[in-house]
Amino acid sequence: MTQTATSHVIGQPLDRTDGPLKTTGGARYAAEFRPAGLCHAVMVLSTIPAGRIVALDTAAPEASPGVLLVLSHRNAPSLPKHGDAAFDPPAGRVLSLLQDDDVHYNRQPIAVVVADSFEHAVAAAALVHAQYERASPALDFQRERAHAHTPKDVNHAPPDKRWGDVAAGERVAEVRVDAIYTTPMQTHNPLEPHATVADWQNGKLTVYDATQYVSGVRDALAKTLGMAADDVRVVSPFVGGGFGCKGSTWSHVVLAAMAARQVGRPVKLVVDRTQMFGPVGGRPHTRQRVALGARRDGTLTSIRHELVAQTSQIEDWTEPSAVVSRMMYACPNGATSHRLVKLNIGTPTFQRAPGEASGNFALEVAMDELAVSLHVDPVALRLRNYAEREPATGKSFSSKHLRECYAQAAERFGWSRRTGAPRSMRDGNTLVGYGMATASYPAHRMAASARAVLQPDGTFVVQSGSQDIGTGTYTVMTQVAAETLGVPPAHVHFELGDTRLPPAPVSGGSMSAASVGPAVQAACRQLRERLVSLAVADATSPVHGSPSSAVTIDDGWMIVRDNPSRRETLAAFAARHRQPLEASAEAKPGDAKERYALHSFGAVFAEVRVDPELGVIRVPRVVAAYDIGRPLNLKTARSQMQGGIVWGVGFALLEETLLELRSGRIANANLAEYHVPVNADIQSIDVLFVDHPDYAFNPLGIRGIGEIGITGVPAALANAIHHATGRRLRDLPITLDKLL
Amino acid sequence: MDANRLTAEGHARRRFLLGTASLGVVAHTPSLFAAEDAPLVASAHVERGALAPVRLQVNGRDYMLSLEPRVTLLDALREYIGLTGTKKGCDRGQCGACTVLVNDRRINACLALAIAHQGDRIRTVEGLAPHGALHAVQAAFVERDGFQCGYCTPGQICSAVAMLQEARSDTISAATQDVRQRGPIALTDAEIRERMSGNLCRCGAYVGIVAAVRDAATRST
Repeated sequence: MTQTATSHVIGQPLDRTDGPLKTTGGARYAAEFRPAGLCHAVMVLSTIPAGRIVALDTAAPEASPGVLLVLSHRNAPSLPKHGDAAFDPPAGRVLSLLQDDDVHYNRQPIAVVVADSFEHAVAAAALVHAQYERASPALDFQRERAHAHTPKDVNHAPPDKRWGDVAAGERVAEVRVDAIYTTPMQTHNPLEPHATVADWQNGKLTVYDATQYVSGVRDALAKTLGMAADDVRVVSPFVGGGFGCKGSTWSHVVLAAMAARQVGRPVKLVVDRTQMFGPVGGRPHTRQRVALGARRDGTLTSIRHELVAQTSQIEDWTEPSAVVSRMMYACPNGATSHRLVKLNIGTPTFQRAPGEASGNFALEVAMDELAVSLHVDPVALRLRNYAEREPATGKSFSSKHLRECYAQAAERFGWSRRTGAPRSMRDGNTLVGYGMATASYPAHRMAASARAVLQPDGTFVVQSGSQDIGTGTYTVMTQVAAETLGVPPAHVHFELGDTRLPPAPVSGGSMSAASVGPAVQAACRQLRERLVSLAVADATSPVHGSPSSAVTIDDGWMIVRDNPSRRETLAAFAARHRQPLEASAEAKPGDAKERYALHSFGAVFAEVRVDPELGVIRVPRVVAAYDIGRPLNLKTARSQMQGGIVWGVGFALLEETLLELRSGRIANANLAEYHVPVNADIQSIDVLFVDHPDYAFNPLGIRGIGEIGITGVPAALANAIHHATGRRLRDLPITLDKLL
Repeated sequence: MDANRLTAEGHARRRFLLGTASLGVVAHTPSLFAAEDAPLVASAHVERGALAPVRLQVNGRDYMLSLEPRVTLLDALREYIGLTGTKKGCDRGQCGACTVLVNDRRINACLALAIAHQGDRIRTVEGLAPHGALHAVQAAFVERDGFQCGYCTPGQICSAVAMLQEARSDTISAATQDVRQRGPIALTDAEIRERMSGNLCRCGAYVGIVAAVRDAATRST
C-alpha cells in the first residue's frame, strides 16, 4: 500500500465502469423495461402542415386485431391548461397532446394506437385515416423572412446586444468583410430512438424514459397531468445518446402516460426513426450576417452578427448564434441581434452546442476571410484580437488559456508547413488545404445534490439523480467519489437516472459534471469526516484516540498518518456499524457567474484533400487543443471531444434535414438519406488538453466538455476547403456539387 | 478477377443486389406514393393475427415461439425472447444497431423475418462469451473506449467479430488495395473503417472503434 494509492484517481484514463454492461448487452435502455401486462403504442402523425382535422376514421384501426385503444382528440382526456401546464421556455415545450383538432406542422402527433403487440399496433396505426381542412402553410424561409420578429429572449440572454459604437468602428475600418452565412436544418438522430414505458399503479405513475433529465420529465408529467410530483417516478439508467433532443419532455412521453392510464395497462411507446424528424426538435436553419471591420494591422474595430432563424408556429425557440460574437474577440464596438421566422414545422430545440456551433461557423469563416484580405496568418489575426476580457461585458474570464491551445495544436498539426495562397498545396493531383478556427462554449453550472452510503462490506454506494447519456457520468463520478473517500474506484458503486435519488440538473448545456461533481465531492467529504470521527471515538478501532486530523483514509484503509501500523480496513470498520452510515449534500454555484465570464476554449486545425475534378472532400486529420479546465477522465474526455469533432465533420460536410416546401414534410427522414458521418468518413482525430483547473468556477476545477468539440470544426473545414480550392463556401453543408 | 474468389460473401452480395432490384419494383408501385393521407397498407392476404410455431436457436439455446410470420428477427429477440442486447435504431436496415450473427455471418436483424431463420445458428452480443467473461472484441472495445452511449455497441461488436472472420477468409472490400492477392487480408485502418461503415455511431466513437478492432485483429491472429 502506498499513501497516494487513491489520491489521484480523478483525471486517470479509467475504462468506463459501465463498459462491461454496454459491451455485453446488459445495459438496459428505456424501451427494454417490461412491466407485467405491457402493451405497445404507435404514434400517428399528421400528413399536412397546417389546418385542422375534420374527420378521423378510427373504425378500421379499432376493429384491427389486438387493438386496445385509438387515442385522438375525439376521446383524449382534457388536460389542465389545454395541455400547456408545463410550458416554460426555453426547455418546457408546447406539446401536441390531442387537446384539439388543430394541425400546426406536418408530422405532428394526431393519434396513438395501442395494441397487445407491436405488430398489431403498427398495422392498426396504418389504418388511421384523417381528413383535413387545409390552411395555407408558411414553409418558405426566404419568403417569410420579411415577417421576422424579435424573440423575447434567447435562452435567458437578450436578443439584441450592442457595445461601443459600431457605426463609428465601421467608419474607421480600413478593411471590411460583410457576408451571409447559412446553416441547414439538422436532426439529432441519437442511435436510440426516443422511448417511453409508462406504468400506472394505484394512481401513481412510473415512467422509464430515454431522457437527459429525469427530474424534468417528472415535473413536466406531473404538471401536464395535474398530479403531485411525488406521485411520478422517472427511471433512466442508460440513454442511447441525447445531443439535446432528449433534454425537453416531448409529446410522446405524455401521450404514453395518457394511453397507459386509458387502457389500464403499462404502455411502451417508441418513436419510430422517421418520426424523429419533426416532433422531437432539431437544429433550425440559420441565416447569419457577419460584418467585420479592421485596421490594416488586423485590429478589429467593429463586429456585427445578425441572426435570422426559423421556429415553429406554436413556440419561439431561438438558436442563439450571435451570442458567440459577444465574447470571442477584443473588439470595442459590436452589435448582435436575433430574429425569428415562424414556419409550419416542429419546434426546433437545443442541438449539440446550440448557437455556438452555428454562430461560430459564421464568425470564424468571416475571420478567415479577413485574414485573407489582410494577407495575414489566420492564427496571427486571432492573436492580434485576443480577448483578455469579455468585450460585451468587460468581465475577466474565470480561466482562459486559449493562447496555449493555438500554440500546442498548431505545433502538433504542423501549421508552419502551410503556404498561404489558396491552391498552393498539392499531393499529386489532389488539392490540399489547411484551415483553422477557434472553438468555444460557455461553462454552465446548476444546483445538484448527491448521497454517499457506506455499505456493510466497506464499499460505498454513491447516488445522484443525474444521467449518463454516453458522457461518462457513471465513470467520472465514481472517480470523484473514490478520490474524495480515499478508496479504490472498484469500491464505489455509482447510481443515477432515477427521480428517487437526490435531484440533479439536466444533462444538457455541458453542465452535468460541473454541477454533480461538486455535490458528489461534498457528500463524500462529509461521509469521510464522519467515518473518521466515529473511528477515533471507537475503542475497538486501531485508530482510536488519535485526533481526527491525524487520521486519513487511503486505498480503503483508515490509517493514522504518522503511524501507519495503526490502521484498519473500511470493511472491518463497517462490519462493526450495523446502521448504514451516509451523508447527503447539495452543491450550488456561487457568484462565479456574476464575477466572471465563464467559457471553455479551443483551437481546431484541419486538413482537407479535395479531388479537383470530382469535388470529393476528405478529412485526413483534425488536431485540436482544448482549455476545458481539469479533465476528470482523460480517456472518456478525449472520446467526447473526438465525438464532438465527428459531429463537426457532419455539420460541415454531410448533414441537412430537407424540408419539402409544398407539403412541409421532411424529404430525407431516415438514416440513409440524412447523412451522419460513418466510420469511413473519419480518419485521424488528435485531441490535446491544456490542463488548467478552473477553481474560480467550481471546487473540482472542471468545465463541461459535452459540446465544445463540435464548435470550430465546421469553420476550420470550410477554411481549409477555401485554402485547398480558392472557393469560399458560406452555405453548409459543403457537398461536392457546390465545389463543381 | 479470379472466379475462385467469389466466396460466400460474394454470393451474399449478389443476393443483396437481387433483393434491391425487386425492392426497386415495389418502390415504384404508385400506391406507396399516392395521396399523402391514404392508408399505407391497403390490404393483407395473410390472415391477421395468425400465429405460427417458430423454433429459433439463439446463443446455443432453443426457443419455441408462437409468432406472426411478419415478426422480424429483431423483434423476436427483443420482444418475444427478451434478449434486448440487440438494439433497434432505425428498423429499416440503415444503422446496423441490430447486427447479429447468423451462421457466423453478420446480418441486420431488422431486415430478417424470424420465421425464415429456423434451423440457423443465431448469435447475439449476449452469446459472444461465456457468463462473466468478455470476448476479445468486447474487451478491446472497453479498453479503447470504442463507445459512449453504448446503443450502437452490440451491433458494432457483432459486426467486428464477423468482419475479422471475413478478412481472415479472404473476403475483399472496397478498400482492398490488391484484389488479386490471395490469403488473409491485412487489416489496415482503411480496411477496418470501410468494413465497419455499416454500423453508425452517433456519439462519434469511430477512432476508438477502429483502435479496438485493430487490437482484436492483432490479438486473435
